Amino acid sequence: MAHAHNHAFAHEGGHDGHHDLEELRKFGFWIFLITDLILFSTLFATYLVIHENTAGGPDAKEIFELPGVIVETFILLTSSFTSGLAVLAMNAGSQKGLVGWLIVTILLGASFVGMEVTEFLKLIHEGHTIHSSAFLSGFFTLVGTHGLHVSLGICWITALIIQLSRYGITEVTQRKVHITSIYWHFLDAVWIFVFTVVYLMGVM
Amino acid sequence: MRISKMLRLLTTSVVMIGTIALVSGCKSMIVFDPKGPIGSQQRDLINITMLLCLIILVPVMLIFAWIVWRFRDRKGNDAPYQPVWSHSTKLEVIWWSIPIIVILILALVTAHYTYALDPAKPIASDKKAVTIQATSLDWKWLFQYPDQGIATVNYLVIPAKTPIKFELTSDGPMNSFWVPQLGGMIYTMSGMATTMFLQADELGNYMGTGANFTGRDFAKMGFTTKAIAQADFDKWVNDAKASGNALSEEGYQTLAMPGTSEQMTFASIPDGLFHRIVHEYSMSRGAPPGYTRKAQTLSGEKKAEHTEGGQLPPGNGAQKDSPDMSSTGPGHAIQMLDHHTHMNHGK
Amino acid sequence: MFYMMEDIGSFVSWFFVTGDPLIYGADVAITLTSVAIIFVLTFFGKWGWLYREWLTTVDHKRVGIMYIIAALLMLFRGGVDALMMRTQLAFPNMEFLAPEHYNEVFTTHGVIMILFMAMPLMFGLFNIAVPLQLGARDVAFPFLNSLSFWLFFMGAMLFNMSFVIGGSPNAGWLSYPPLSEMTGSPGVGEDFYIWGIQISGIGSLMTGINFIVTIVKMRAPGMTWSRVPIFTWSVLSSCIAIIVAFPVLTVTLALLFLDRYLGAHFFTMDGGGNSMMFVNLIWMWGHPEVYIVVLPAFGIFSEVVAAFSKKRLFGYGSMVFAMLSISIMAYFTWLHHFFTMGSGANVNLFFAISTMIIAIPTGVKIFNWLFTMFRGRISFTTPMLWTIAFIPCFIVGGMTGVMLSVAPADFQFHNSYFLIAHFHQVLIGGVAFGYFAGLYYWWPKMFGFKLNETIGKWAFWIWNIGFYVCFFPQYIVGLDGMTRRLSSYSWDTGWWAMNFTSTIGGFLMGIGFLFQVWQIAHSIKFMEKDTTGDPWGARTLEWSIPSPAPLYNFATTPLVTDRDDWWEEKERIAAGKMPKDKPRLEPIHMPKNSPIPFIQSVCWFIVGFGLVFHWLWIAIPGFIGIALTLLAHSFNYDTDYYIPVDEIRQTEANAGRSV
Repeated sequence: MAHAHNHAFAHEGGHDGHHDLEELRKFGFWIFLITDLILFSTLFATYLVIHENTAGGPDAKEIFELPGVIVETFILLTSSFTSGLAVLAMNAGSQKGLVGWLIVTILLGASFVGMEVTEFLKLIHEGHTIHSSAFLSGFFTLVGTHGLHVSLGICWITALIIQLSRYGITEVTQRKVHITSIYWHFLDAVWIFVFTVVYLMGVM
Repeated sequence: MRISKMLRLLTTSVVMIGTIALVSGCKSMIVFDPKGPIGSQQRDLINITMLLCLIILVPVMLIFAWIVWRFRDRKGNDAPYQPVWSHSTKLEVIWWSIPIIVILILALVTAHYTYALDPAKPIASDKKAVTIQATSLDWKWLFQYPDQGIATVNYLVIPAKTPIKFELTSDGPMNSFWVPQLGGMIYTMSGMATTMFLQADELGNYMGTGANFTGRDFAKMGFTTKAIAQADFDKWVNDAKASGNALSEEGYQTLAMPGTSEQMTFASIPDGLFHRIVHEYSMSRGAPPGYTRKAQTLSGEKKAEHTEGGQLPPGNGAQKDSPDMSSTGPGHAIQMLDHHTHMNHGK
Repeated sequence: MFYMMEDIGSFVSWFFVTGDPLIYGADVAITLTSVAIIFVLTFFGKWGWLYREWLTTVDHKRVGIMYIIAALLMLFRGGVDALMMRTQLAFPNMEFLAPEHYNEVFTTHGVIMILFMAMPLMFGLFNIAVPLQLGARDVAFPFLNSLSFWLFFMGAMLFNMSFVIGGSPNAGWLSYPPLSEMTGSPGVGEDFYIWGIQISGIGSLMTGINFIVTIVKMRAPGMTWSRVPIFTWSVLSSCIAIIVAFPVLTVTLALLFLDRYLGAHFFTMDGGGNSMMFVNLIWMWGHPEVYIVVLPAFGIFSEVVAAFSKKRLFGYGSMVFAMLSISIMAYFTWLHHFFTMGSGANVNLFFAISTMIIAIPTGVKIFNWLFTMFRGRISFTTPMLWTIAFIPCFIVGGMTGVMLSVAPADFQFHNSYFLIAHFHQVLIGGVAFGYFAGLYYWWPKMFGFKLNETIGKWAFWIWNIGFYVCFFPQYIVGLDGMTRRLSSYSWDTGWWAMNFTSTIGGFLMGIGFLFQVWQIAHSIKFMEKDTTGDPWGARTLEWSIPSPAPLYNFATTPLVTDRDDWWEEKERIAAGKMPKDKPRLEPIHMPKNSPIPFIQSVCWFIVGFGLVFHWLWIAIPGFIGIALTLLAHSFNYDTDYYIPVDEIRQTEANAGRSV
């Protein structure tokens, strides 16, 4: 088997312990992402099981409006791109560029969430609530969980921007930027599946 | 010294208790005393699997006892001691292959019986199967005989030596239909009907039971299955029809309310009731009346309050409690609390 | 005024569980115990000690001890539940417990034993042993570790609170809908169930992540994968199962809560819901869960059997392979919990065979344990006794498990007492015996003294005899048609003799537990201090340091050259060779204690409590508290410190070691 990774918690007892610690945290975050992936997979599976159980109510074709969703998708894809630009700026040592791109990312994220909330409110206003049918329960829960993740990401990056302005680009903030960026890309990838499975397959 | 004494004590007591248990238990273990073709095949299958298991179990137990005895740490033990010996490909191959072989045999046996004993597979017989539609309710069984046009509650009568086709559903929580001496169980689930064929080869009364927990009076869901001769069966059907006690649509709704029930016989059943149970009623049942978000209290008065829900005679407005939980919906629990408070104000 | 009083009165009788003398008695006992604890803490001025040393600690050893204490308390409660059930079933038509009460008791018994007893006891042993076996300073994320514990603790408290406030859940330990929906269980019990498990489940998930990172990244220099101690391997395989299974549980419980709270239709009878989806989902978690708790027990047996046979573990490679393959195969067997659903022959056959296949690696492990003892020198200490008792018990339990896996035969076993006897045999004989063995084995490393062996042996024999007397009759009564969860039965069933015997066995196990309590109390009073650090003459790194382990674990990071590194080192010294060189002492980098995990878990408790009663005015402040503590932690950059060399030298000298 592979060699031991001896990046132990300050194993050498010296002052380079921080670097190992940051590596450890990044690895831990990847494992966390696996669990989050399973969480979404379970929600997808649930949705697929019940998405035809409309209990006499409307089905996907009747309530989804694709143009809005396509705009949402583009906004989120763009935000994923800008979060990548933020990391590049950080690697180039530009704190200004980093913070700037992070702000663009959360603004895009916020407008994505805003559009989603508008869509939900419109549906609820028309009387299509989580209570209406199994299909809508699954829809609101799956899409809502993704939206909740994006919202959490926005809060997280906001907190990180404040920390960057306070501490600058250090090993710790660098790791945090990396992790939020991975998280953001992950949410983007999940959205692609939401878009395909829920909206595209629903309308087709 | 002490340990070996204790070991002996343990072994003796276990063996003694086991023997007593087996002697007293065997006679009455109804799974091993089947009265129909399905139950018999299941008993045979259980015996085969037990035998296959014992083939491994007995030698391993003996080896185990010998090793523990032989290699105990005491002065003067001349057994070999090889503290570094920790690998032997030959041995490993042997004990990987033993379970693999046994499991392979067992898998083949299982495959054969899984298809042979598929509950939905009709039993070969020159007689036409009798259909019985069983519905598990809170906390009673309704058995409809669609061809005969009659129904019973909490007891079954079947003609012996005739295949019985059970169609099973639930108008409430999931239950399981089990008559051990005729054969194994199948779940009853709301919104769908499952099928199971059983047959009694001998006359007699067989214990039947609900096997999946459904709430408060789950323990009261036992029922008797009477296997009688065809002529007696026909007579029983005619008597039932003559009894004049019809099951109406409303009667069914009352019956379906939570509560226990005595044995009952109905002379007629509404057309298509079973179909409606599967496709309409069980899909639309809100909370039963009398259920509140009030904390469970364990006193007698509370018990009395919601025991009678499902009692017949039908149509007498058996809803004792105000149907304050008849709607499920967002925040209904909070509405409930409000209701509770209002009632107090009204006094 | 009168109306207000009456309102308050009706609220109180709704809020508190009323009407049963048993519960009033418990109310009084709980109040008195709480008052006594507060009095003792205040009288001896121990509040500061409690806060500094325990509530805020991030030390894996202390977190482990807290897990174990909580688990033993829960074992007591789950055990009392069990004895209440056995009393109710001792005679036909008993009226000791009303049906509603009986339903609550078996539900809480199951939930507590699996989720609030087995899981924390397991995590306690993870925490005690894994970092020490790896030669590490702590787990990878000590802060997260403390948070995991407090989340578990608050979840457990929330669940247990339902006993006196609001009413206990009563729909079975897995709460199948539609029974657990608002239509079947309108009381708050199910919401206590959901939030108690949800909160502690988040903690379990984080522990899984934490230990995977610890094991993958924090092994001492030289500890290649083939030198990793077998218990640590078992923890790794268990944690892999945790991170894959627990998210499914989180989702399942969340969906059930949405059904109950917002009127969603995932598992309802109406609105297109599908209750069988819940059954599938919960067992996709539930079946791996069984292996999550049993794999570490396998690891403990492997450590113990090698240590007390004074011989290397036989077939290390195939043991590791077996455990990893079990942790992966555990995902492909879930449907065997409901063969009787009528899914058709093909589906049933697939899951029957996958279940049988998982028996192969499990069986192979038995042979490996046997041949570790073979040509060894077996000493019958308490950890070894539990291991020896485990083997035949688990063989029988495994065999009945194979019998249950034969789908068409399962139609006759399912939901009967045969099934009950089977899973108690593997869960008590496998999991509980394993954790007892681990507890006795690592006790000196935790506290610096051994537990009394004589009382321990008494406890062992009473437990074991009680076990067989309790569960063998249940196989028989199951084959006689008795189904689980029956609150009473009548004389004409013929089940009395078996049930009565079983009750006697249950109480014998209860007496065995009392002996264990006595054993602990007696050992604390007449403490036999372990000054060697290696009281058992064992094999792995945790025994190379003093007992109890110092705060920083290892004064210098060990360099690993062998699988049983400490044993080989002892052999070298015995053969007159030079021990391994130790590196020079250096300041040790340590994590700082933090009150945030405790505070955040209290906030989770508040959220859970608010959502149980659907009171947003309580839940929302709790959510705000969680958000604030998350931010506080994120903005805290002062998380670590160094222990100076002099202090290390002093600590080691106090433990009788020179460095």
